[in-house]
Amino acid sequence: MQDDKVIVCEKLTKRFGDFIATNEITFDVHRGEIFGFLGANGAGKTTAMRMLCGLSSPSSGKATIAGYDVYTQTEQIKKNIGYMSQKFSLYENLTVRENIEFFGGIYGLSDERIQSKTEELLQRLGLKTEANKLVGSLPLGWKQKLSFSVAVLHEPKIVFLDEPTGGVDPVTRRQFWDMIYQAADSGITVFVTTHYMDEAEYCNRISIMVDGRMEVLDTPTNLKSSFRARSMDEVFYQLARGAKRGD
Amino acid sequence: MKQFLAFVRKEFYHVLRDRRTLLILFGMPIAQILIFGFALTNEVKDSEILVVDYARDNASQELLTKIGSSRYFNIRQAALSHSEILGAFKKGKIKAVVVFPADFNEDLLHQNKAQIQIITDATDVNTANMITNYLSSIIVDYQNQINQNLEIPYRITPEVRMLYNPQLKGAHGFVPGVMALVLLLVSVMMTAISIVREKESGTMEILLVSPFKPVLVIFAKAFPYLALSLVNVTAILLLSVFVLDLPVKGSVVLLFAESTLFIITCLALGIFISIKTDSQQIAMLISLMGMLLPTMMFSGFLFPIENMPIPLQIISNIVPSKWFYIIVKSIMIKGLGITALWKETLILLGMTLFLLLVSLKSFKIRLQ
Repeated sequence: MQDDKVIVCEKLTKRFGDFIATNEITFDVHRGEIFGFLGANGAGKTTAMRMLCGLSSPSSGKATIAGYDVYTQTEQIKKNIGYMSQKFSLYENLTVRENIEFFGGIYGLSDERIQSKTEELLQRLGLKTEANKLVGSLPLGWKQKLSFSVAVLHEPKIVFLDEPTGGVDPVTRRQFWDMIYQAADSGITVFVTTHYMDEAEYCNRISIMVDGRMEVLDTPTNLKSSFRARSMDEVFYQLARGAKRGD
Repeated sequence: MKQFLAFVRKEFYHVLRDRRTLLILFGMPIAQILIFGFALTNEVKDSEILVVDYARDNASQELLTKIGSSRYFNIRQAALSHSEILGAFKKGKIKAVVVFPADFNEDLLHQNKAQIQIITDATDVNTANMITNYLSSIIVDYQNQINQNLEIPYRITPEVRMLYNPQLKGAHGFVPGVMALVLLLVSVMMTAISIVREKESGTMEILLVSPFKPVLVIFAKAFPYLALSLVNVTAILLLSVFVLDLPVKGSVVLLFAESTLFIITCLALGIFISIKTDSQQIAMLISLMGMLLPTMMFSGFLFPIENMPIPLQIISNIVPSKWFYIIVKSIMIKGLGITALWKETLILLGMTLFLLLVSLKSFKIRLQ
């Protein structure tokens, strides 16, 4: 089953001086899984995610992403992951097509591949007529969907989504999650952070971080029953209430 | 390499889409050159001239009428002492003072030679020069007129005094000065802003998680500004040669090589600022206050460094534009070659390498 695991973390820790941002977190994520990474602000999610993406070097512990070591093989890791942040992060003064071409370009896709991918993506998102419009002029929902499509453009093994649906209306959020399911179906592992508890229910498994530690890790159904809670909201509240850190 | 090209293309899209910035980038050097150029050459029209006529005789009157009828000068007369003349200059309106000595006509008739004193305000060197030249030629004209039927010619010698700036420093210095200014603005400020913008918008994060090398991000962002700066250098040189008639006496190739070196210095500075700051406003402020002001003050473009107090002279040595200004001035105006400029070039090169090293180093620390 080892091959099935695309993220393996063992006691992964990050210290900044005396402050332990991420404290010995241990977990695995399987191929094609949608893994929810929850926690209050300041719980250490971002730090953990930065380590997994190869942006920041861990203080101790072990982790492999798509089989590559987070200490030594960050270049390989970067080729195999996609990333979408909470801030909208395409270029507003580039057109839809130029954005796709640019990100295809820096991931080193061939011209033909970029061409066919672009057409396919425009078709799927229904953005054919908007292809030559500046991204800045699109509504936020479209931008987020485009942003996600660009993050998986190079067919990564894992895609990290950092609060991807912040500020997006419920209908678009629903559509967005349809896209996440499609990606997971095609074998892409989805690692997602969110503050929306209804979204947490869409995940296969959820972890909740409190004060740098990973308090729980299970399916939403199991979590609710073990906390005797009716919704994920309650589970989260029970856990996060005990947090000492906050923002 | 292909990735790098994709990035550079994106940068050009950014630059070319931003109309306002583009207008500043290309409009500014042209406007500056034209303003500096023509403000310095055309102002001679209708210059206020103060005449102090101690002679009040035939000859002085005739000469005065001649000067007054020229379209270049507006004459005011006043009987002033020598110290009062200085006061009149300080008020700023008059450009020159013409003094006829008491026995002007007498000297002319009996000794066949007389003197006129021309005092000009040489803080504005071009104007001062121009005015003395015009006045002298009017005097020579008058001299020829009265000499027509004479065997022993009369000679009127104008004695010229350039007030405030006797060595006429700074003539034509503005083209190299504008060049340093423009390159600083484009390369330091624009580069810093464009990198910080990616940080602000969150796209820098996306770039850092991509397999694209962080150092290449920096280089790819700096590249378009190198190109733009070279276009600006070309534009400034074309303007100065064809519009201002200020030819490049030295080697154009050397001039471009030195400019490229200075541009790289500026880019390194811009990169350094962008690494140390997180908002576009701060990046812009630091570039303006930290780079533009020292360039104006310490490059020797506006204020002669030799006249500064020693501590300021020492400070001026760490301003890169000072060295660039010296280099460009020497190549353009004096026609010097690399053999005369290797010291300045080496200093600039040293600064560039130092800045590049420091910024690359702090960039790596930042990534941790």
